[in-house]
Amino acid sequence: MEKMSRVTTAHSSSAISGRTMFCHLDAPANAISVCRDATQVVVAGRNIFKIYALEEEQFVEKLNLRVGRKPSLNFSCADVMWHQMEENLLATAATNGAVVTWNLGKPSRNKQDQLFTEHKRTVNKVCFHPTDVYMLLSGSQDGFMKCFDLRKKESVSTFSGQSESVRDVQFSIKDYFTFAATFENGNVQVWDIRRPDRYERMFTAHTGPVFCCDWHPDDRGWLATGGRDKMVKVWDMTTNRAKEIYCVQTIASVARVKWRPEKKFHLATCSMMVDHNIYVWDVRRPFIPFATFEEHKDVTTGIVWRHQHDPHFLLSGSKDSTLYQHMFKDATRPVDKANPEGLCFGLFGDLAFAAKESLISSDANRKPYPGGDRRYPIFFFKKPDPTEQFAHVSSALSVFETDLDSNRMDWFVKTAQLYLLCGKPFAELCDHNAKVARELKRPQVSTTWTMLRIMFSDPANPTTPGLNHSLSNKLGTLPLMNSFSMKEMGPGMGTESRLERSKGESRQDNAHLEPGILHISNNNEENEETEGSEGQAEYMFGDAELDDDDLYSMEHENQTEEQECTLPQEAFQLRHEIMDNPSAPEHLQQDKADSPHVSGNEAEVTCLTPIESFSLISISQPLFSPHLPASFFCPIVREMLSYYAEQGDVQMAVSVLIVLGDRIRKEIDDLTQEHWYMSYIDLLQRFELWNVSNEVIKLSTCSAITCLNQASTTLHINCSNCKRPMSNKGWICDRCHQCASVCAVCHHVVKGLFVWCQGCSHGGHLEHIMNWLKSSAHCPAGCGHLCEYT
Amino acid sequence: MASNGYNTPGLGSGRHRYESESDVGPTVNSLARLCSKDEDERAASLEELSQGVLACLGSDRLISKQTLLNLLRLSRSCPLQEVRGRATELLHTAQEQGVEVPRALASGPSAFIPAKEMLKEVPDQDILIESFLSVGRVDHITMVMAMHPAYLSCFLRTQHALLEMDGPLPRHWRHYIAVMAAARHHCSYLVQQHSAGFLDAGGEESWLSGLKHAPTKLRSLQTLNKLLAHRPWLITLQHIQELVCPGAEHRWSLAELIHAVILMAHAHSLCSFGWGCGLNPEPNHIGGYTFQLPSPSHLPRSPHSPHSPAHEDGRQELGDGAMEVEVLMQRMVELQQQEEECTQEEMVTRFERERSESIPTTVVREAPPDLVLGLVEEPEFRYEDFAPKGEQSPPTMRAQDYSWEDHGFSLVNRLLPDMGQLLDEKFQVVSNMTYHRMAMHEGVDTHTLRKALWNYIHCLYGIRYDDYDYGSVNVLLERSLKVFVKTMACHPEQTTARVYHAFWRHFRHSEKVHANLIVMEARLQAALLYTLRAITHYMR
Repeated sequence: MEKMSRVTTAHSSSAISGRTMFCHLDAPANAISVCRDATQVVVAGRNIFKIYALEEEQFVEKLNLRVGRKPSLNFSCADVMWHQMEENLLATAATNGAVVTWNLGKPSRNKQDQLFTEHKRTVNKVCFHPTDVYMLLSGSQDGFMKCFDLRKKESVSTFSGQSESVRDVQFSIKDYFTFAATFENGNVQVWDIRRPDRYERMFTAHTGPVFCCDWHPDDRGWLATGGRDKMVKVWDMTTNRAKEIYCVQTIASVARVKWRPEKKFHLATCSMMVDHNIYVWDVRRPFIPFATFEEHKDVTTGIVWRHQHDPHFLLSGSKDSTLYQHMFKDATRPVDKANPEGLCFGLFGDLAFAAKESLISSDANRKPYPGGDRRYPIFFFKKPDPTEQFAHVSSALSVFETDLDSNRMDWFVKTAQLYLLCGKPFAELCDHNAKVARELKRPQVSTTWTMLRIMFSDPANPTTPGLNHSLSNKLGTLPLMNSFSMKEMGPGMGTESRLERSKGESRQDNAHLEPGILHISNNNEENEETEGSEGQAEYMFGDAELDDDDLYSMEHENQTEEQECTLPQEAFQLRHEIMDNPSAPEHLQQDKADSPHVSGNEAEVTCLTPIESFSLISISQPLFSPHLPASFFCPIVREMLSYYAEQGDVQMAVSVLIVLGDRIRKEIDDLTQEHWYMSYIDLLQRFELWNVSNEVIKLSTCSAITCLNQASTTLHINCSNCKRPMSNKGWICDRCHQCASVCAVCHHVVKGLFVWCQGCSHGGHLEHIMNWLKSSAHCPAGCGHLCEYT
Repeated sequence: MASNGYNTPGLGSGRHRYESESDVGPTVNSLARLCSKDEDERAASLEELSQGVLACLGSDRLISKQTLLNLLRLSRSCPLQEVRGRATELLHTAQEQGVEVPRALASGPSAFIPAKEMLKEVPDQDILIESFLSVGRVDHITMVMAMHPAYLSCFLRTQHALLEMDGPLPRHWRHYIAVMAAARHHCSYLVQQHSAGFLDAGGEESWLSGLKHAPTKLRSLQTLNKLLAHRPWLITLQHIQELVCPGAEHRWSLAELIHAVILMAHAHSLCSFGWGCGLNPEPNHIGGYTFQLPSPSHLPRSPHSPHSPAHEDGRQELGDGAMEVEVLMQRMVELQQQEEECTQEEMVTRFERERSESIPTTVVREAPPDLVLGLVEEPEFRYEDFAPKGEQSPPTMRAQDYSWEDHGFSLVNRLLPDMGQLLDEKFQVVSNMTYHRMAMHEGVDTHTLRKALWNYIHCLYGIRYDDYDYGSVNVLLERSLKVFVKTMACHPEQTTARVYHAFWRHFRHSEKVHANLIVMEARLQAALLYTLRAITHYMR
């Protein structure tokens, strides 16, 4: 409050103090203005023109300037301004085009002093010169600005904007002769008061009307403008071309903008439509208001800082017929309610996660930042007031790259190419496909294939060894996958690479990062080490590769994780002996989630694995008793297929569907099948796997799919002579009666199969060309092209 | 209008539908290709079209009425010379073969403006061709508006965005809303245009036979439609609340509502334009064609359909009108120089006088035509003159307190992105459009006259500009013009040729159409302002 005491002594009046308060007006306000010593405020509107005294606890009505039985339209004010040099002098802009000055020192009831009726249309704005007592400027809807000398009866100069309506005029606070005007067409003009013939400079600031502007009280070159396009822009006018240095995007058209006194980067705005709040922005932080005043029930029409050197009091008038004094300390701070975390997937499966630094790695060594960013000169450096700063929000951004191999869809392409769907006995197909999956490090899929073979194969076939192998394989990996998913929930965030950021600037130079935190590894299969919030817990990535299912699990840990571990065991659930098996991994999760010391993780996993696989293997033998018919498994397989399809692995669903063929087809309704086929074919075609796609179409049993290859088999040809489409016969043109296709070898008309070179477009009978090219490399037509027959 | 209204039978020709579907297939296809940008493609489809028709003639198959009407329409309104010629030729051939061929009753797009003069005043055909190629037809509205190409292009853009582009309402709903709106002003032209568009967009035919077949949600718009058409100043936030209130069963979202409101206001003002220009029915509309041969004793004359403006010749009373123009020019100049001071009361009185001046507009209260009968509720609800004393009159709306530029635009753009921009552009074009000429004079600043016209309409709708002296309305707008403007804005269905011909007798037709456009847009803005203000209050 040091500042304030200085202020009060300087102006020798009672100290500015007060609280958030309001009073009801009789009518909506259009504009307000304060007198220089900040003790009185004038409110003007269509049906109101009053002066209120600002007292400690309340507003007190001092004077009603609206006198007369039937007040004229000259009282209908669009704008009002209190002179900052002469405390008895007011000016209003009337909606009927009049500019009126008022002298409070007049003894009569009617304080009207001068009346200028030079404007043809509504006057939108009046502005006194900040230092010259007699100079008044007005801007009107008729496109003119006029400068009045109050000692004379009429304007001394007229400025023509040569464009549409003037919305705002403002004298520069520092340059005696300069003023800015904003226009309905989006332009801003800067004028020299001595040169009414032509503006000094003009630039387009907004799309649509520029409703307001305000010169920075301290920095001579800065001009803030607000427009219907919902933007507030700050312009640096010192350069040759006005340069936009800051831009704030608000949520509604900006009706007024006012720099906050003594705060270089703060400005207050209010809107003309829909949004009733007053915002105070820090122009360097354009995405969230620094403070908000939410008291008004209808649009705010006038805002003014109570004293030109005091940033703590804001006055506002509104269409809801109230006049408010807002204390800055009572403002809401939207930043407190903002969600500090953000999460997003990248195009190639990368995951970015931003959160408060403290959340990600609040180790004891890191100290919170005092005050704002040091790189900016802070205006009152001596006493950093925490409430005057944006809450310290430095976030850490972590980017989780996926394994180069797995983030691509390579596995999909390879699988599609390598899978065998027909042509071999069922068991061999399954084995082959299981092997393919295993080699691509997709053990779950691989196991599924193996299980399918077991379920549907002729039980007489001795297949046990293979099974044993695959089972243990699967069980070896499964719990590890769990532990991987779990780790993503941990406070430490398994990171592969981590970028630290604060306020959008790189802070690499700040050596507060411990080497241990910044642990960059591109290889997912290595174990990761990260810092936890309390203990120095160690985490480990499982050996399971990060295929895209796993990647998903970062987002929906709980849900997918559960499926992840329970689904493969669904197949076993029927076997009562191991009914309790699924609970084991769940228990494991529970453990991990509860325990802060997750370092025991690895040990648990390793000790669990043998038990599990033991129990399975030990009971695996009796399973193959030939009592169970293949159809017994059908419901399970159906569920499994649906599961895969839901997971997005429609490839698996379709492949199994084809391989199993009649064994499963009847279990699944045609529409679903067709849907799967269509999705898979669509995917294949996107990867340009035309052959596989055709094979799938051919092998499918859905009528809707097989007919895909029968569609559009017509080939339209044009006559080579007259370029008209040939409708009747393929070999003679109706129009020019020429034979279109002549064999280049025998010079007869080709009526059957016609083959032609895509290079030189010569061709002929299939056999003729075939024979010709056996003996010669050149085109039979003699064009010299080296044709090829493949 | 309808993006491709081909093969969509107008009302009443439903019985021809089956027939047309069965044999017109290729014809429809080639009709669509007729508006290809590629010249060869157009030539080919024209060829195909004539082949199809000739084949029909040769094989004694029945040519559907729809095809004939389409040919008739093409022969009359297609801006492409070759298409027009071929269509005429084909009709002629068909007639020679003994087929009963329809004949257009109207001689041009407008009953007020002779077709020849219209052609003379359309600056260039390019815009018509452009419109034909993009929309697939050139309707009478477009032809008349083509006198002012700058306006036409932004009008078509807005209309296209309203009816066809992305928006919260389904396409057939949009056309139905337009039908509902046009029905309020008994405008069978627009009703038929949008009915075709409605069917084209997949709407159910039964809806067109009466409001009771339409969904409740659409029917709930009736009150708003009625007020918007005739007395928009009565719209309050209660009306908005009823539609948007979360408790209501068939609630409207604000975005849907804004869309519907703009559609309705657009259609209402377009009705004004349609009646004000005496639009003739399209050749394929009911009342736009006949299968009867012209009786030899009569020259072809304007259609006698009861729903199209009767062609009365108002020109007989042409007096010495040249003087009038001079006087008007004189007055405009005087007004611009005049520095007359008048008291506040005087200003208010002048506004009230203009607002309540009794202009005899209501001639007859004829019952709505059958076509729209089922589509209107409370047909007797009409624009009403303000009480002369101004005591019971509704409060005026101050333009400074709720204006399009400051408030309306933001609201529309917020709820229906881009639409605000389009409307804004249209308002600007219409208020700035000038050719610097008046009747036989060149180089005239017509600003005051245009302003007076605009403000007079707003005055009729109770919107007052503080900074405007309504005395100049009285000076600039002669009584016959006021009669026309008021009739057209407030009771459009009663506009007659007499009224049209009575004002500005020495002015060009294009200048009268210009006045028409100003009235239409001013009316649109006035209606929108009231509704948007109510919506703003609701959102508060």
